[in-house]
Amino acid sequence: MATTYDPIATQTLGSASASVTFSSIPSTYTDLIIVSNAGSTVTTNDYIRFNGDTGANYSWTRIYGTGSAAGSSRGTNTNEGFIGDVTTTLATEILQIQNYTNTTTYKTVIARSSNSSSAVTASVSTWRNTAAITSITLLPGSTTWIAGSTFTLYGIKAA
Amino acid sequence: MAVTRLKRSSILDDPKYISFLAGNTPYSAGVFESIGTVTVGAGGASSVTFSSIPSTYKHLQIRLTATPTSADNFAFQFNGDTAANYSYHYLAGSGSSATAGNGVSISNGYLGYASTASYPTSVILDILDYSNTSKYKTTRDLLGNDANGSGYIMLSSSLWSNTAAISSILLKCDAQSFISGSTFALYGVK
Repeated sequence: MATTYDPIATQTLGSASASVTFSSIPSTYTDLIIVSNAGSTVTTNDYIRFNGDTGANYSWTRIYGTGSAAGSSRGTNTNEGFIGDVTTTLATEILQIQNYTNTTTYKTVIARSSNSSSAVTASVSTWRNTAAITSITLLPGSTTWIAGSTFTLYGIKAA
Repeated sequence: MAVTRLKRSSILDDPKYISFLAGNTPYSAGVFESIGTVTVGAGGASSVTFSSIPSTYKHLQIRLTATPTSADNFAFQFNGDTAANYSYHYLAGSGSSATAGNGVSISNGYLGYASTASYPTSVILDILDYSNTSKYKTTRDLLGNDANGSGYIMLSSSLWSNTAAISSILLKCDAQSFISGSTFALYGVK
């Protein structure tokens, strides 16, 4: 039986970068997964955009634990989806994007973010667009990813 | 040079190659395999079932994107067991507060709350050691839906108090149905 969980691309930053983009994503898979181990220049949240869309076409809901408190918050009509918390300490994040080539439904991302210096977070984001996803941009808020940050895109193909 | 005849005795069985070209990468069976996929058709479905699940994997994962006909809980049952043999805990983020809850001795496992019928709900359900006949079965899942001003992100864990190997999985809403286009995929992890 053919492999179902394929690495598509990996990016490892040799220097600081304001964002990381996976483009020309093949449409041959069912779901996408992004696994990252990344840090930012200053403590911030990190975000996701699809197909270069910088419009207010996203929304999100998150739950988090900081070590002293648990809480939940949301964003509406935002310019990006929400992933988690990043700091100068590398965070481990796994993003699940299902049915990314479907052209009849909005796109949903569910993510888990773990940062020992900041918070553990689970989040869901909706991109209000029915277009198939062809590119994904990951960005820390108002700062840069640090050198050594890694991002890997995987494709999962259902039978 | 044209190939005019191929003798069975000349075929090497090991290693297996994915093409006849010299220097190609040897074939390697994957560890994450697709077992089956269900896409709900016109008219919707009150439940979706994966049956005759092979026992040859170590773990199972279900990846679903589904929308209920109206807001409702997503749930599951194993091996057709509808008796009060399940329990669960969850942690939920509503966008304004983090809450927790549980259920004991109930008739199904719990995935989470699909709070909208307008946007799809995504779920990743992990079932570890599903064919082990010496232990009860524990599941964990991540569920999320966001409708631009409402929605939930939830982490849940369920227990099926039965040592039988899991051979079928039924996915359902508490009372609603899944609409057409809802998709469910079962994967095996070796």
